[in-house]
Amino acid sequence: MSRSKALGAPSAPKVLGGKLPRIDGPLKVSGRATYTSDISLPGMLYAVPVRSTIASGRVVAIDDRVARKMLGVRAIYYRGNIRPFFRSGPAQGFSGLIDEKRPPFEDDVVRYYGQYVAVAVAQTMEQAKAAADAVRVQYAADAHNVERRLVAEKSLETDSERGDAEGAFKSAPVQIDQTYVTPTEVHNPIELHATVAAWEGDRVTLYETTQAVMNHREVLYQMLGVPKENVRVVSHFLGSGFGGKLWPWSHSILAAGVAREVGAPVKLVVTRQAMFETVGHRPRTQQRFRLGATRDGKLVSMQHEYLNETSILDAYKEDCGEATPFMYSVPNLRVASALARRNIGTPTAMRGPGAVPGLFAMESAMDELAIALNMDPIELRRRNEPLQDESTKLPFSSRHLVECMQVGAEKFGWARRDPRVGAMKRDGLTIGWGMATCSWGAMRSDAQATVEIQRDGTMSVTTATQDIGTGTYTVLALVASEATGIPLDKIDVGLGDTTLPPGPISGGSWATASVIPAVSAAARAAVRSLLTLSTSGKNAAFAGATPDDLHFANGRAARKSDPSSGVPLGDVLARANVRAAVGSGQSRTTFGGEESRKYSLHSFGAQFAEVTWQPETARLRVSRFVSVIDAGRMINPKPARNQIEGAVVMGIGMALFEEARYDKRYGAPINSNLADYIVSTNADAPAIDVTFLDYPDLVLNELGARGVGEIGLAGTAAAITAAVHHATGVRVRELPVRIEDLLRA
Amino acid sequence: MERFQYTRARTVSEAIGIAAHSSTAQQGAPVRYVAGGTTLVDLMKLGVERPTHLVDINKLGMNAIERTKEGGLRIGALVRNAALAHDPTVVRDYRALSEALLSGASAQLRNVATTSGNLLQRTRCMYFRNTAMACNKREPGSGCSAINGDNRTLAILGTSPHCIATNPSDMNVALVALDATIHVQGPKGTRTIPMQAFHLLPGDTPDRETVLEPGDLVTHITLPPPNARATSRYLKLRDRASYEFALASAAVVVEVAGGQFHYVRLAMGGVGTKPWRMSAVEERLTGAAVDDATIRDAAQLAVRDAKPQSENGFKVELAQRCLAHALRLATGLASI
Repeated sequence: MSRSKALGAPSAPKVLGGKLPRIDGPLKVSGRATYTSDISLPGMLYAVPVRSTIASGRVVAIDDRVARKMLGVRAIYYRGNIRPFFRSGPAQGFSGLIDEKRPPFEDDVVRYYGQYVAVAVAQTMEQAKAAADAVRVQYAADAHNVERRLVAEKSLETDSERGDAEGAFKSAPVQIDQTYVTPTEVHNPIELHATVAAWEGDRVTLYETTQAVMNHREVLYQMLGVPKENVRVVSHFLGSGFGGKLWPWSHSILAAGVAREVGAPVKLVVTRQAMFETVGHRPRTQQRFRLGATRDGKLVSMQHEYLNETSILDAYKEDCGEATPFMYSVPNLRVASALARRNIGTPTAMRGPGAVPGLFAMESAMDELAIALNMDPIELRRRNEPLQDESTKLPFSSRHLVECMQVGAEKFGWARRDPRVGAMKRDGLTIGWGMATCSWGAMRSDAQATVEIQRDGTMSVTTATQDIGTGTYTVLALVASEATGIPLDKIDVGLGDTTLPPGPISGGSWATASVIPAVSAAARAAVRSLLTLSTSGKNAAFAGATPDDLHFANGRAARKSDPSSGVPLGDVLARANVRAAVGSGQSRTTFGGEESRKYSLHSFGAQFAEVTWQPETARLRVSRFVSVIDAGRMINPKPARNQIEGAVVMGIGMALFEEARYDKRYGAPINSNLADYIVSTNADAPAIDVTFLDYPDLVLNELGARGVGEIGLAGTAAAITAAVHHATGVRVRELPVRIEDLLRA
Repeated sequence: MERFQYTRARTVSEAIGIAAHSSTAQQGAPVRYVAGGTTLVDLMKLGVERPTHLVDINKLGMNAIERTKEGGLRIGALVRNAALAHDPTVVRDYRALSEALLSGASAQLRNVATTSGNLLQRTRCMYFRNTAMACNKREPGSGCSAINGDNRTLAILGTSPHCIATNPSDMNVALVALDATIHVQGPKGTRTIPMQAFHLLPGDTPDRETVLEPGDLVTHITLPPPNARATSRYLKLRDRASYEFALASAAVVVEVAGGQFHYVRLAMGGVGTKPWRMSAVEERLTGAAVDDATIRDAAQLAVRDAKPQSENGFKVELAQRCLAHALRLATGLASI
């Protein structure tokens, strides 16, 4: 098992809230961190799928005669010559989730461009690619639908409702009624999706790029038709996922299936182009947002009707109305939604699913309302700050949105804002300022952890969650160190392996909040176990004492009444003839739990953007960003800040660059590479000022910590488009903002 | 990628001798010279280029930047883009060339990519790069998917009913404005080609992009002596701040005397099927007063023959703003 040692990390008795570099940093920067596609096993073969070149129709015939005979080729598999895969059953909570439910080769129907129709297996990746290219597939094509404009497949269903939203809107003195569109976005983590599958008899180990090893096993054992305990899933390091690697995709099943057929380990790495087709994306959304308000800016009605594209077979819903019902105080509200089927790959969660596109619509509408009212947008939001979650009538566990806006305004210099379009100048450029608020759920899921304190004074912490680049290794070492006093450089954290105690998915920004209580409890239990061993047995160091009489500090058990009585933990364990003091801990989910029946649990924040605008060249850049986040207590502010900064950079991409475009004639995502699918570069990233309010949310867990993986992206695009409007007078309601839009200024 | 033979040429004549057997020097060439490989290897992986023989020319020298006896500059074909961009003479005397190079690709690519490779860079048209789709440039006669397709980034000048692909190079635009000369050695000896005549319009043979024939090897490029009284600039407009091909770009070489345009060389990128010389605009400007009205009028003339496609109509406006602003920068009417 690859573990992350605290390599030369500084140790201090009080470590939480400090600024600790990630403990796996040295491994990563020296290239010693083993990512999935780095795995190389003896006798390993390479698989390269054949992807359909139509978006709708049937596979009529597959001719692999040439491909089979090519150098190094072991086999070509397709429907009919490989053991069929099963579907996995319905998910239970956050276990057993998969978005594209149809296993590869289940039928001969093609429903999206790039769907796997065959797979070549060869001794080298190049041979497998050449063979895949040589497989001749004959299709009977049908008409496909990749239309950009979305039309509901059936009438809208209500997500949330109170009062009479339609009536209140009609009689409202000030009305906003606009439609906002967010495009298909592709996660594009720098690490390609990959699977290495190795069977030993009827047991399989899957090295997988996954944000959820436990879920991956739950799905794969069902689809492969083997006992659950025969599947092991390993993911030690992830080159990020952004949600795209939460649930299994068809390449993983395919890799496991062909490895079983050929009787050798198989590596399958998904190409960048295929990552636009077969591993999910944030679906296109089309959201009509209506606001009714009084002339003094009190909301009287809010209506949010939204559609999202989904695939032909899977009903993926992008929950754009997630934050709408509780964000502001409004007596009359309706949120409703429907799907639009397209011949595209199945969508999936992407960083801040639902809330991110939803808040773009809501916060854009709020900005438009502020302008219609001739009111400062912060003041408008302040006037509609709710006293409780008006959709559930529950108090918020911890909400400091107004303070986020105040602190942000101060840091940004908002008081100097001239609200007139194009009125602010600097260095020959026009300046635009915009702001938006944001929210993301605060949640916790089930988690277990084990802590072992060894005779040599080291400690291991294990749980089957993952570090997807966010600093989980570091945070868990910190928590375990805090609970035991054992310094960081003596702590070994093991993650990303289904042989470890079940841990949470790395998604929803809840891995940290979920696993911290379990690790903390496990560490305390291990200490308790050590103290018990100190008092029991004939060789006990403190015979006659009770564990409550003792404490553990500086690697020694000692009487509380006599600190000089300390016995090294190695001696305690040796006297008891015990290898290690072991403790287990667990934490429960908030989903359906007591807290969620008593409280509305969310993080909040305020985003402030500055853009520079040069009308002569239609050149627009984000020049400054201030993000103030209320997400509980920060266990390790350094990687937390890193999360917000990264999300803001991604938000700049969402606002200004990113869009996967489908060619109408071919049905293919046409800009399926990193030159034509434009993401932010370093040169596009401005100075980003991140502030955490750091109010512990003790309802959520004992440390008051929430996750910060997603909230930084929420609201960012709306703040930028508000700034774009302020600078240029152009209101862009369909992302991304393009030069074409700005030429209208 | 398909199997190919690989030869590391030891002499120029050995390289030419091998490549002379190629059926063409254009799309579909079975023999290709490889230098930096940043375009060629990429296209081979995509199956767009399928040479059976690669002739590696990296050991042939041709990597010096030298003064010519006329006072111009001789740039070896294998001079890396980064070396050329940062060469003190280029920075001082041919600023537009340095700015053009530095606006292209990334630092890593510029360290590897060569001058002649940049000159011969292929289009980034998405349909050209996707072998599952029709493209007359890649498969003559198969049709053009870009017309009526996703053509936002493609050309508005020099298009034909068969191809609307842009030449993606920034360097080429500067070389056109700087009146560069391409020096070629082939099976029949050496010859020179004016930069403006080096690239071909697509017409009904978009697979033919240059005047090169089998065996032709670009050995070096020369620039005429710099006009000491002129200012040269390169302005590139694109969606993001770096690492993206131009939506519109302009290279301008301008000498102002007595408040008038005295010497003007203009070329544009991102808008043409080849690096686009703006001769008519040069004529219009020469002798005209340096002011905003003149510049606006010139910019309008630049797009007089523009033929926008379904999704790139904005380039007609953007190209004008780009050229106008490049002229303002070069004449001091604007500073950023």
